[in-house]
Amino acid sequence: MSQVYHLTTPLSNEVVSSLKSGDIVYLSGIIYTARDAAHKRLVDLLDEGKELPFDINGAIIYFVGPTPPKPGDPIGSAGPTTSYRMDSYSPRLIAEGLKGMIGKGKRNKEVIDACQKHKAIYFGATGGAGALLGKKIKSAEIVAYEELGPEAIRKLEVVDFPVTVINDSYGQDLYQMGRAQYEVK
Amino acid sequence: MREIAYEEIVKTVRDIIVYSACNLPKDALDAMKAAYENEKSPVSKEVLKQLLENANIASSESRPLCQDTGLAVFFVKVGADVRVVGGLLKDAINEGTEKGYKEGYLRASTCEPFSRANLKDKVGYNLPAIIHFDIVEGDKIDIEYAAKGGGSENVSRARVFPPAAGKEGVIKFVKECISDAGPNPCPPLTVGVGIGGTFEKAVISSKHALFRNIGSVNEDPEMAELEETIKTELNKLGIGTMGMGGTQTVLAVHIEANPCHIASLPVSVNVQCHSSRHTHIVI
Ligand code: SF4
Repeated sequence: MSQVYHLTTPLSNEVVSSLKSGDIVYLSGIIYTARDAAHKRLVDLLDEGKELPFDINGAIIYFVGPTPPKPGDPIGSAGPTTSYRMDSYSPRLIAEGLKGMIGKGKRNKEVIDACQKHKAIYFGATGGAGALLGKKIKSAEIVAYEELGPEAIRKLEVVDFPVTVINDSYGQDLYQMGRAQYEVK
Repeated sequence: MREIAYEEIVKTVRDIIVYSACNLPKDALDAMKAAYENEKSPVSKEVLKQLLENANIASSESRPLCQDTGLAVFFVKVGADVRVVGGLLKDAINEGTEKGYKEGYLRASTCEPFSRANLKDKVGYNLPAIIHFDIVEGDKIDIEYAAKGGGSENVSRARVFPPAAGKEGVIKFVKECISDAGPNPCPPLTVGVGIGGTFEKAVISSKHALFRNIGSVNEDPEMAELEETIKTELNKLGIGTMGMGGTQTVLAVHIEANPCHIASLPVSVNVQCHSSRHTHIVI
């Protein structure tokens, strides 16, 4: 049965191990944003043996390209983008210590396997709930690649940011499990 | 000949863009509420609750419903007895689009196909708009607008079948499309199906079908029945809200059918996510 957790970042292996596909999690603390272009740069840095612009140990990356903030707001609407575009980069970052990813939509086998092997979680946030999710973000600060605009890496402080465990560290996939349960053949 | 000022068109387009980004239209909101009532999966129900709350926050605080504020798509019917003074209608629509996206703090999402460079400085903020014109009787300008997000557009597809494929072929094609898409297009969905015409006519019809109000009944009884059949089939897939598993995968199926060539049966499926931001205005 699906459980509800309130967790604070960074995530430890113990916490990751306790989560199962279908669990609902409210995240608080620091998460980082990155989309395709930023992922490519992060992996290039690793290939060159250079340091990443933030500490990846236990970190969570949110796949998001927000709308511009209105004056006085930290960020605009900020719901997840489709995750498969990050599939070719995520396993490398997971091997480096990344413990969580937040996005929407299916991941490939390599990502699901990496989550199992190195203990990490793929969380789904609600696509199209950008206004609601934007309000859970209390501050946003660019930490790298400002020139990428909405795709720059931002450090976000979140409070009770709602996500669902899609792929857990046991190789389970909520998209398959949920669908199998309600499919009428 | 009736005359409408260029500036009036600019302002009207700007206003509907800003409004649509933050306010889910009534038909979509009602359909989402009904999905929430009918959903059997507790996880999907929870997510639907978030989406209804999101719609509430968006409209009361004027925040965009979704960060993907889409490409601007228009179907425009121009009366034969009306003319725009002070500039071209097409330019007025583009200018209104740029103003709306900029002043509404919406995202500029148009880019070059390969370099992926954003076009906001080169062509204009979220320009060009996608505009389909038609000429009709009368002295009015009828504008249908939708903000079309990328996630649901990415899973859309079209194919020309041999005539023998028939209704069965159409049902199978739509089902495969939605099944393969799974969680990616942000269900619950509206599915636009263009049938007949030529290849491009089917595609444009499937897009236009998404502008119809959810819950409205097709005027052609045969198509109305086919819409219900396809909807029932799609809801058997079990995809649910955001792919979490559930009974409410599709809010509606809208078909637009056209006469076609004796040799072919073109079919197009255009998918609309739950954030169905569309509006209709007559000037
Ligand atoms: S598919 Fe629709 S709801 Fe989902 S992210 Fe794109 S525009 Fe938003």
